[in-house]
Amino acid sequence: MSDYVKIAVYGAVAVFAAIAASYARDMAFQVHAVIVMLVGAGLLLMTLRGLGRVKPAHDDGYMDDVVRAGVIATCFWGVVGFSAGTFIASQLAFPSLNFEWAQGYANFGRLRPLHTSAVIFAFGGNALIATSFYVVQRTSAARLWGGNTAWFVFWGYQLFIVLAASGYLLGATQSKEYAEPEWYVDAWLTVVWMAYLAVFLGTIVRRKEPHIYVANWFYLSFIVTVAMLHLVNNLSVPVSIFGSKSVQVFAGVQDAMTQWWYGHNAVGFFLTAGFLGMMYYFVPKQAERPVYSYKLSIIHFWALIFLYIWAGPHHLHYTALPDWAGTLGMVFSIMLWMPSWGGMINGLMTLSGAWDKLRTDPIIRMMVVSVGFYGMSTFEGPVMAIRSVNSLSHYTDWTIGHVHSGALGWNGMITFGALYFLAPRLWNKERLYSLTLVSWHFWLATIGIVLYAASMWVSGIMEGLMWREVDAQGFLVNSFADTVAAKFPMYVVRALGGGLYVTGGLIMCYNIWKTATSAPAKSPASVAAPAE
Amino acid sequence: MDTYSSMRAFADSWALLALTLFFLGVIVWAFRPGSASKHNDSANIPFRHEDKPARSLDDDEGATSKKEART
Repeated sequence: MSDYVKIAVYGAVAVFAAIAASYARDMAFQVHAVIVMLVGAGLLLMTLRGLGRVKPAHDDGYMDDVVRAGVIATCFWGVVGFSAGTFIASQLAFPSLNFEWAQGYANFGRLRPLHTSAVIFAFGGNALIATSFYVVQRTSAARLWGGNTAWFVFWGYQLFIVLAASGYLLGATQSKEYAEPEWYVDAWLTVVWMAYLAVFLGTIVRRKEPHIYVANWFYLSFIVTVAMLHLVNNLSVPVSIFGSKSVQVFAGVQDAMTQWWYGHNAVGFFLTAGFLGMMYYFVPKQAERPVYSYKLSIIHFWALIFLYIWAGPHHLHYTALPDWAGTLGMVFSIMLWMPSWGGMINGLMTLSGAWDKLRTDPIIRMMVVSVGFYGMSTFEGPVMAIRSVNSLSHYTDWTIGHVHSGALGWNGMITFGALYFLAPRLWNKERLYSLTLVSWHFWLATIGIVLYAASMWVSGIMEGLMWREVDAQGFLVNSFADTVAAKFPMYVVRALGGGLYVTGGLIMCYNIWKTATSAPAKSPASVAAPAE
Repeated sequence: MDTYSSMRAFADSWALLALTLFFLGVIVWAFRPGSASKHNDSANIPFRHEDKPARSLDDDEGATSKKEART
C-alpha cells in the first residue's frame, strides 16, 4: 500500500519539477528543477522495480548501514572540499588560474562559497549526522527511531549539498555568508533537518539508559539551534515561484546583525557543539577511559550554550551596529574562554594516566591535537573579538588563518579520528588496514595546518599594519595593490599547506577503503577456551 | 512603551535573572552532595551496549566493561 503512495508522490514530484524546469526564470533554477525531476523519476523507477518484493524482516540490532554511508560521504566531500580550498588558495596566489574559458563559473568568487559549504556542511555535516546516529544508538542502547527516516535524512542532505553547490557555480546565492543557498534549497533543508531532529529525539525517547549521555546533549543542542538559526536568517520572499532570486525580509543593520547572529552560532553550534559531541564520545572510547570529569562536562555544556548565542556582534565592530551591541558581543566572546577551556581540559585530561597511548596510537594523537587546536582557536577568537584588536585583524587574512586553525585543526582532526575509530567497527574488521598510513595522514595534516595558520598570521598582521600606516603628513602610505603584492609569498605557502592537507585526506580515503575491503575480518566473539 | 523597549526591558531584567539563576542551579545540581557515583555511572555509558541494543531498562548485557572502565 505505502509503495503505491510513494509512486504517486515521486511521480507528482517529477512532473511538477518538469513543469518548473520549463517555466524557469533563470538557469540555476532550471538546472535544479531538472536535478529534482531526475531524482523523482529515479525513485519512481526504483519503487516500481521493487513492487511486490518481500521486505526483509525487521532488524532489531543497531542501524549501522546509514552510518557506513555517512562515513563514505564524509570522506568523499572532505576531499572535494579540501581540493576546492587548495584550488582557490592557488587562484589567489596565481590569478591566471581564474581561467578565461570558465569566467562566470569557476572564478574565485563562485568557487569560494563552494569551498566553504563543501567543507562545513558537506564534510562537517555528514560527519555530524553519521557520528550522531552512531553515538545516539550506543549511548541510548536503542536502535534508531523511524526506520528509513534516517535514510531520508542522509539522501535528503546529499541532495541539499548538490543543489547548494551547483547553485553557487550558476550564480544562485542570497549573498549571506555560510547561508548562501536560495529559498527553495533552504526550504528543502528545513524538511530534512526536521526529519533529522525527529530521528535523533525519537531514539533518545526510546533509550534504555536512564541518563542521557552528555554527547547527546551537545548533538541535540546542535540540531535544535541550527534549525532556529536557519529559519530566522533565511526569512525571504521569492521574487517568482519559478526563479531562484529572493529578497530578504530584514534590511540594513538588522539584516547584518541577523546574519552574524546566524554566522557566529553556526560556528558555535555546528562547528563547536556538534563536534564536542564527537569529542565526548570518541575520545573516551579511543582512550578506553571515561571522560575526566562528568560534572565539568555538564557545566561545560550549559556555559557554552548560554554564552555562545550572544557573541555574534563581534563580527560587526566599527559598523552601523550600535556600540552597546558590539560591546555585548565582545564581552560574551571573552567569557567564552571559560567553557571553551573547560571543555578542552576535560578532553585532554581524559588521557591522564594513559598518556603513553600518544606514543603508540596515531588516532588518539589526532584527537589530542584536535582538542589542542580547539583550545588554541577558542583562545585566539576572543582576542580577535576585542574591539581594538579587531581594528587590526578585521578584513585581513588573520581571520582566515583563525578560521582554518579551528576548522582544519579542531573539526578536521576530530573527524579524522572518529572516522578511523568507526571504520573497523562499521565494517566488522579486526583493525584498520594500516596504522602507518594514519601516521602519514597525521603528519601531513599537522604540517599543512601549521603552514596555513602561520602564513596567514604573518600575512594578516602585515596587511593590517600596511593598511593603517600613515606618513608624517597623515597620508596613507600603501595602496591596496601594495598589500596584495606583499602577500604573494604567504599565499604560496598557504596553498602548499592546503596541498599537504588534501594529500592527507586522500591517504585517509585509501586507508578506509582498504579497511572495508581487505583488512582481516573480526573473529566471532571468542569463547574463553581453557588452556591445554 | 513600544514593543521593542518593553521586550528589551524584560530581557535585561527578569529574563537575565532567570537565566542566571538557572545556570547557578545547574552548577549546584552538578556538585550536589552524593552525586559522584551517579556521575561516574553516567560517564561509563559509552562502555556499555557497544554491539547491540539493550532489551530492557536495566539490561546489563554487554555491560562487562562497566566495572573495568576506570582501571
